[in-house]
Amino acid sequence: MSIFEYNGSALVAMVGKNCFAIASDRRLGVQLQTIATDFQRISKIHDRLFLGLSGLATDAQTLYQKLVFRHKLYQLREERDMKPETFASLVSALLYEKRFGPFFCQPVIAGLGDDDKPFICTMDSIGAKELAKDFVVAGTASESLYGACESMFKENMEPEELFETVSQALLSSVDRDCLSGWGGHVYVVTPTEVKERILKGRMD
Amino acid sequence: MGDSQYSFSLTTFSPSGKLVQIEHALTAVGSGQTSLGIKAANGVVIATEKKLPSILVDETSVQKIQCMTPNIGVVYSGMGPDFRVLVRKSRKQAEQYHRLYKEPIPVTQLVRETAAVMQEFTQSGGVRPFGVSLLVAGYDDKGPQLYQVDPSGSYFSWKASAMGKNVSNAKTFLEKRYTDDMELDDAVHTAILTLKEGFEGQISGKNIEIGIIGADKNFRVLTPNEIEDYLAEVE
Repeated sequence: MSIFEYNGSALVAMVGKNCFAIASDRRLGVQLQTIATDFQRISKIHDRLFLGLSGLATDAQTLYQKLVFRHKLYQLREERDMKPETFASLVSALLYEKRFGPFFCQPVIAGLGDDDKPFICTMDSIGAKELAKDFVVAGTASESLYGACESMFKENMEPEELFETVSQALLSSVDRDCLSGWGGHVYVVTPTEVKERILKGRMD
Repeated sequence: MGDSQYSFSLTTFSPSGKLVQIEHALTAVGSGQTSLGIKAANGVVIATEKKLPSILVDETSVQKIQCMTPNIGVVYSGMGPDFRVLVRKSRKQAEQYHRLYKEPIPVTQLVRETAAVMQEFTQSGGVRPFGVSLLVAGYDDKGPQLYQVDPSGSYFSWKASAMGKNVSNAKTFLEKRYTDDMELDDAVHTAILTLKEGFEGQISGKNIEIGIIGADKNFRVLTPNEIEDYLAEVE
């Protein structure tokens, strides 16, 4: 079994009209045994920037702590929040530093840039950035997620419709993956508010 | 440097609480050629005298005003070689920032890092402080900015400032002439007039250097011909 499939994960981020949604599953497993059903894969960096980390959970936790550390220092020095594009470049640089002994994570970054323009991107475990205009996926359920998102995605969705779309895509994809599931965690972010919702799906 | 006889800091406190080496460094700056900077509403101008030791020197090979990034320029008063070292280090720091964040470095951050380098040399073993004061002119998202950095590593933001030989006269002149809503062209004229105040000999496009940055965020050094044009307007 690949190290990326040790804990199991599913992550998706989608762009809407002046908003974005980022969603993950809630299962933490050790190969075939489920350990936790409330695991947080998505974390807030600041009010308009969210980071999801799929892959090996220990690396995801450490990487997250390192990134929060860097971002807090940046905030103190530059007296402003990091733009999503800047943060993505930072994550990419940090991952490449460990090129020959990498973090076994695949990050998904989603944020609102200047002019409230949504920004999403993902990268591989050594920092190769992949920008997208519509959606990005990561985790053990990524192949199903690609298919579900491709068929369900529409441009310029309002926050409510975006939430429905992301939730359906996530739940149907994790149902086809034994290593991810046990519900979902969806954040829908607009310039004015952040809505966090828990999904109840097949609890297996 | 570890086990040499000079591994202690040469910049030590005097009983009066001063760092004498830094005072001497400031003296070196004060006897350097005059330089000044003015922050306008839509840009910044920095200028300096370019007095060469002999008429045989090829003045086109001497460039006292340098750019640290495409949108940040710098001029100095004091020791030229020390200036070159600082510019080199600052350029590297600016590029490292860009490599990490893929964003151009904000002016305040570059000034802060340059000042940190200068401070290091006042507290490290076997080194002496830099014998230059810098005037950093930049234009970024926060608008036009002008900073002075001293050998001690302290930095200040100025609306207009001068350094070097004629500093007190130049500053008095600037205080009288400066207005908050000055345009970049007015600032260039004022800069030339300020340099003229203490200039020995005939001022021309070949013995002063002027660098400007406007809202286009592109720092550039004026050619001698452009300076001659401004000089003609001032006459």
